[in-house]
Amino acid sequence: MSRNPIAASANDHGEVVRFDDVSMRYGRGPDVLRDLSFSLEPGSFQFLTGSSGAGKSSLLKLIYLAARPSKGLIHLFGHDIAHAEARARPELRRRIGVVFQDLLLLEHMSAFDNAALPLRIAGARPAEYRADVAELLSWVGLGGRMHALLPTLAGGEKQRLAIARAVVNRPQILLADEPTSNVDQEMALRIYRLFVELNRLGTTILIATHDQDLVARSGRPSMHLEGGRLSQRPPQGPALS
Amino acid sequence: MSELFDPARWRPAPFLPQEETRDGALVFVVAVLCFLACVTALGVIAADRAARGWSDQLSAEATVIVRPRPGETPDGAAAKAAEALAAVAGVTEARALEPQKAYDLVRPWLGDVADLEDLPVPRLVAVSLDGHKPATARALETALKNQNLDAIVDDHSLWLRDVQRAAGAARGMGTIIFLLIAGAAGAVVAFATRAGLAAQRDVVEVLHLAGAEDSFIARLFQLRFAKVAAMAGLIGAGGAALAGALLRLLGGSQGLTPALPIAWTDLAAVLPCPLLAAAVAALAARITAGGLIRDMQ
Repeated sequence: MSRNPIAASANDHGEVVRFDDVSMRYGRGPDVLRDLSFSLEPGSFQFLTGSSGAGKSSLLKLIYLAARPSKGLIHLFGHDIAHAEARARPELRRRIGVVFQDLLLLEHMSAFDNAALPLRIAGARPAEYRADVAELLSWVGLGGRMHALLPTLAGGEKQRLAIARAVVNRPQILLADEPTSNVDQEMALRIYRLFVELNRLGTTILIATHDQDLVARSGRPSMHLEGGRLSQRPPQGPALS
Repeated sequence: MSELFDPARWRPAPFLPQEETRDGALVFVVAVLCFLACVTALGVIAADRAARGWSDQLSAEATVIVRPRPGETPDGAAAKAAEALAAVAGVTEARALEPQKAYDLVRPWLGDVADLEDLPVPRLVAVSLDGHKPATARALETALKNQNLDAIVDDHSLWLRDVQRAAGAARGMGTIIFLLIAGAAGAVVAFATRAGLAAQRDVVEVLHLAGAEDSFIARLFQLRFAKVAAMAGLIGAGGAALAGALLRLLGGSQGLTPALPIAWTDLAAVLPCPLLAAAVAALAARITAGGLIRDMQ
């Protein structure tokens, strides 16, 4: 039997994420998510919509293992996370890229250091990833700002840096929580195109947003949260070119 | 300015911010604790050396009190005893002390009596023993008995036991004080780790979510506080070595008092201090951080 806790049960069911009857609450409060059942197929592109406070961020937290369900089963890459060993969780997290709503970039590091963080944590040597990180930062339009410290970056630059960090270790799924909330229309479109490009490369994408206009124009399916319950919505038109 | 950045020459930044305002206070407290630990160690070494010196001196000598029998003169009895004792194996020298020495000993009890010479004051015989194979008190008593002398042998064993007990107590106290100081240093570092983790909670969260293992994050705090403690240990040990050197210079080989004779080589005792401080800090930080990080999950 393999000693690797992930490799040991790598017989994925095909779905990247599967929720079965999942509920979640904070402390002793009411359920913020109720009886959710859905799955995300590999290479799919979905939006997660809902009004502010509908539970979008909570649902993403369940997927990136920052919260635990109060009920139900969650499978990540075929692994039941309730039964995943504690030492297996970091390994699972490394397969997930997250663009946090509040970005969570490290203030004391440069743009380059922030982008390279997941690779360093995974134990890669600088010589192995220097060129890749530089190329990625150029791809997100930060080629000239690699050395810049966080406080000197503009809002849009930070947003793109957070995306670069989320995808630098080629995650199997990318979760983005309101990635276009603090940027103008043009930047929002640029960021969206970035996600589309990543999706073309095989990454499963789930974007939580309240930007209904972007969802409508994208031509992608969405899941809608309301009152803690989830409903599936088909694409609302042709895909945005 | 951006064109100056060359990814090929990039060096990874530390995971934790380097500037930490609390570090100065921590360095001061740990340095003071290390100073006290080193001074304790130097004190114990000096006290131990003094005790060993006194023990050697006491065990190399014996004193015999000779009481003249009727018809014997005190001086005659003392001379006879010295002759008998000198012949015992393990005795290098036996010498009857001048009567004045005996008078000096009894004078505090009898007052300044003019005609002490008329009293049968016992005489003293000082016996020097072979350092390697000293004669036992029993052998000395037997030799005296064979000559039909009325004498009491004092081999200083009573004093020797007291000196050895005092030296043992000094060593024990020193060890306890040292352990208490090490415990206090560990507790200070544990508090500092707790505060550091609270201050860096955001960084810890990001590292966690980026896939860092608990042990990886705990190791960062462990290394950080080990470095701080090593630096503080260096300062504290340096201060203690300076104090010891000053004591040696001012008091010579006797130190400031014969009870604390300091040798230059004693100062080497402070050398392991930075390493020990770093080890204690690393352990305290690792245990504290490990527990807190698990709770953060």
